Formats: sequence, C-alpha cells, structure tokens
Amino acid sequence: MMRWLFGAAGQPLRRMVLWGLLGLVTTGRLPAADFRVGLVLDRGGKDDKSFNSSAFAGATEAKTKLGIALKYVEAPDDNAFEPMLRGFAMKDYDLIIGIGFAQKEAIKKVAALFPKKHFAIVDSEVDAPNVRSLLFEEHEGAYVIGAMAALSTKSGKLGFIGGMDIPLIHRFALAYEAGARHVKPEVTVTANYVGITSAAWNNPPRGKELAVNQYAAGVDIIFAAAGASGLGVFDAAEEKHQFVIGVDANQDWIKPGRVLTSMLKRVDVAVYATIAAAQSGKFAGGVEHFGLANQGIDYSVDEHNAAILTASVRKQADALKADIIAGRITVPDYYKKP
Amino acid sequence: MLIQLIGSTFRVSTPLVFAMLGGLASERAGVVNLALEGMMLFGALGAAVGTLATHSPWLGALCGLGSGVLLAAVYGLVVLRWRANQVVAGMGINMLALGLTPEFCKMLYDQTGRTPAIPLAEHFQAAPMYGAWIGVALAWFVLRFTRPGLWLGFAGEHPGALDAAGISVTRVRWLAVLASGALAGLGGAALSTFSSSFFSRDMAGGRGYMALAALIFGKWRPLPAALACLLFGFTDALQDRLQGVVVWGREPIPVQFIQILPYVVTILVLAGFVGQSRAPKALGVPFERD
Repeated sequence: MMRWLFGAAGQPLRRMVLWGLLGLVTTGRLPAADFRVGLVLDRGGKDDKSFNSSAFAGATEAKTKLGIALKYVEAPDDNAFEPMLRGFAMKDYDLIIGIGFAQKEAIKKVAALFPKKHFAIVDSEVDAPNVRSLLFEEHEGAYVIGAMAALSTKSGKLGFIGGMDIPLIHRFALAYEAGARHVKPEVTVTANYVGITSAAWNNPPRGKELAVNQYAAGVDIIFAAAGASGLGVFDAAEEKHQFVIGVDANQDWIKPGRVLTSMLKRVDVAVYATIAAAQSGKFAGGVEHFGLANQGIDYSVDEHNAAILTASVRKQADALKADIIAGRITVPDYYKKP
Repeated sequence: MLIQLIGSTFRVSTPLVFAMLGGLASERAGVVNLALEGMMLFGALGAAVGTLATHSPWLGALCGLGSGVLLAAVYGLVVLRWRANQVVAGMGINMLALGLTPEFCKMLYDQTGRTPAIPLAEHFQAAPMYGAWIGVALAWFVLRFTRPGLWLGFAGEHPGALDAAGISVTRVRWLAVLASGALAGLGGAALSTFSSSFFSRDMAGGRGYMALAALIFGKWRPLPAALACLLFGFTDALQDRLQGVVVWGREPIPVQFIQILPYVVTILVLAGFVGQSRAPKALGVPFERD
C-alpha cells in the first residue's frame, strides 16, 4: 500500500489522495442549516483588512441576516484552491464562492465536475452555466481616486504601490494616473510593485520599504493596492507623516488622519447579493458587473478622514463620478488596452 | 538619493544579518541549520505577541529571542539527541513553524495568520539596525579571541580533538544551536517590530535561506557574511529604484526582469568571485566517540 502510494509510478494518484485528504480535513464537518455556503479565501486571509476581509464581511452578514450556514477556508498557496473547492462541492454545500482571480482555473475545473452545484468567483470570469462571475470596474474607481489625490497633493508627486504585478493591478495604476492627470496634468506618479508571485499580497515589510522610499523622494500621497502588503504602506505613512489611500475595504480607520480615503470595492455587497439570490432560488450563471453606477465601486468618507478630505475635493470627485456614470468621460481600461 | 539607498540597504539587511549570525553559531559548531527560517517565524511571532502584551519592543524582542530558543531546543533534540538527518530535520522544523505560527495567532487573537498591529510608539525605529552590527562585531570577537569561540570552531572542525581535550562536543553543539535560535529569533523580532508592525503568516519569506546563502558566500566568517547580507539588501533596495525606469525606448524595464536582480547577483558572485568556499569539516556529521 505504502509503496504503491509513494512510489514513482503512483505519483499522480498520490497527489490526488493527499490533496483530497487536505480538502476533506480543511473543509471539516457539515454544518446543520438549510442553505450552506462555502467560502474559499485567497492567501491574504480573512484578516487582511482589505479584499478578503470585505468578502468575509459580506458572507458573515448573510449568515446573520439570512440564516445561512457559513464555512470559510483560507488557501495557504495557489495549489490548495482546487482541493478546497472540491471539498465543499463533495460535502453538499449549496453555493461555493471563490475569492480572487487566482481561483479561476480551479473553479472552472471543479464547476465542470459538479454541474448541479452553484459557484461564484470574484475578479475573474469563468464561462459556465453554474458559475456566476462577479467583476468590478476597478478602473472607474481608481480614476476618481487619482483625481482626488491630485487635488489633495501639495508636492505634486503621487505614488502607487501595487501588490502582484498582474493586469488587474495595472488596471488600477493606469486609471489612477489618468485620473490624476485629468485634473492636474503636471502631477507625476511613481508606481512600484511588491512582487511577481502571489506572495506579494502578503509582504508588509516590503510594502513599507517601497513606501518609505517613495515618501523620501517627495511623494506625499500613496495609493496602496497591495492586499496585506498595503498594511506596511500604512505604517510608513504614519511614521513619515504622509498620506495613504486604502483599497477594497474601508481602511480609513487603520491610521485615522493619515488615510485620505479608500477606494471601496464592495466585494461584501457582491458576495451578499449572490448568497441572497442563490438562497431564494434565483441563482444565475453569467457575468455581473459592479461599478460606480451601482455603487459596487465608490470612495469612502467617514469620521476618520472627514477632517483631511476637503469639501471641495469631495465635490469635484462627485462631479467626476457623475460624468463617468453618464459616459461623458471615458476611463482608460488596461483590459481593453490595444 | 544615495543616502536613501544606503539607508534602505541597512534596513532591509537587518533581519538577514541576525539570521546569518544564528546560522554562523550553529554551523561553525558543525550543525547544519536550515531551520533558521522557522526560528525567524517563531521569533517574529514571539516578538509581536510580547510587544503587544508588554507595550515595550525591548521586552518583545526578548520574547522573540525566547521563542527562537524554544524552537531551537526542539531542533537540538531532534538532531543532537536523536541524530536525525540535519537537512531533513531543518526543513521539518520550518514546516512546523509555518503551520504553528498562524494557528497561535488564531488561538490568541482570533485572527487568521496575523496579529493585531503594534502602535507606532511601541515599535523599533532604528535600534535593531545598530544591534545587528554590534552582533557582527561581537561574533567576530568571540570566535577569534575567546575560549568558547575556540571550542565552537573545534566542534565544527575537529570534534575528536575537542573531546580529547575533555570538553563535551555535544554540550558545545547544544549551546551553539540554542544561540542560533536566539539570534534567528532576534532576526524575526526585527521583521515584526522593526520592518513592519505585526506578525503575518510566512513573513520570513525565505529570508532564513538567504541568510544561509550569505553565510556560505561569506565562507562562514562573520564580517564577509555580513557584507554578503548587505549585498543582498543592496540589490533589493536597488530594484525598488529601478522599477519603472526607462532605459531605452519608451517602455520601462519589465518588473519581472528587475526583480530577478538579487538572484542573478547571488549566482554571479557565488559562481565567479567568491572562489572556493570551504565548510567546517564536521558540518552535518553527528559526533560519535570512537
């Protein structure tokens, strides 16, 4: 038995058995409720105070308000997505939600194996009848954020720190710079990336080092779209008495008075809506877009940043939002770049 | 610009230097230490928890040191008492640390893989940076001029001779491994209380292995190995500055190319400039009295 499992010829089989076991172990026992939701979070984890936290908040809200049973797992690396998804699918979960573009291939594969199960994925498109793809128009938000940063900067130098160097993050960067230039053509934008593997979402020391360097070079506002690595940028902003812009969740509270605003990507709303629809039997495959028009993308104002985000900046930002929604301004989209 | 680059180099290399010193202590005594990565993780978590509990980064660093020693004791038990293969045991310890540390976070704070943030006033501003270099000077002094330093060297080169002189090789190696855990733990503490302000899962991110590479690169001598750490820190700092720089044409150099810089430099230097790097003779060989 052991030689059969661990010998060279048993390689694919061994992998299947081991990953299958991991799936079973991590997804645990079946909770008792009418509607079960399995949530597979990305590497950042439920407490990244950003993307995954937002998804978790939406699912938790569904748990309290809709009475669903929720079980979440966190992927330690990209190879774990598939067994985790499979684990949920095998155990009679009704809806399985994958958070993050990295789960695309895994969802595609598992959804095909379990055609009667419902799946949803955030930030990527999977073309299958039982998969709902929740896509965000990040560029619209980043454009408005760029304009707000340009209107607020004193040095005329803006920074951008992205997590992993991927098209999604370039989409943020491109629109951020365009938005800044739209209101102040003379501003400069310095863009850095934490890394080129998915470990880049969880490397706060490096995020901080990049931010310290940008601030030292005269940048006074940095837009951090770097998952948990962004927390390092927040530390740098506090140490150097400069400003930072949060992403995905409302991050204004993390360093009150140093966070100009946060670009909200309402993953929580999207996740909640998907769970609600699926619970009431109205699940539909296909793509759903969230943008400025349906408040899936927005910027944050609360008691933590009200003092530093001036009324005039907010007014101009709202005007810009209206222009984008009405189609009077076309925001450059990295995905559609020639 | 240059001053920033130098500052950045020293900041980035601080955790590396501590971990390298940890590796030095154990490898000079003849015990391979791949477990540096895990000890750093333990140290990082210990320091974050300690600082959060006591509101003092110094006490936090002490907790980090203690956590590193704790894990080193487990490692010592496996390789010194039970004489397991040191490479395999080191990797095992790393995996153990990788899995245990987020679990502790969950138990202590109900946060998955992360501790809460340490307030600005309670984390280090520059002390670990100086500490690392004081450590290098101390290591040089101890190895060169003191009796325990001599024992350490003999445990790695001629354990038989040390034994013949009436000094227990196992005891020297035990102390070396524990010291190694203390130093790597401090390296981890620098990560969570100096380079950032919390512990997060896998935050060592391969720095333990890089420290080991620096050690080999510096031929198991404190100063050259510390300079190797600086070189790694420098290429790291440099690549931040090269991101988005346009060298020719209109497009900047792709980030992927820039980010391989530290590895390319490592390979080039190891292959071309270091010459032969000789490990302590008895490295990785469990001591047995004839």
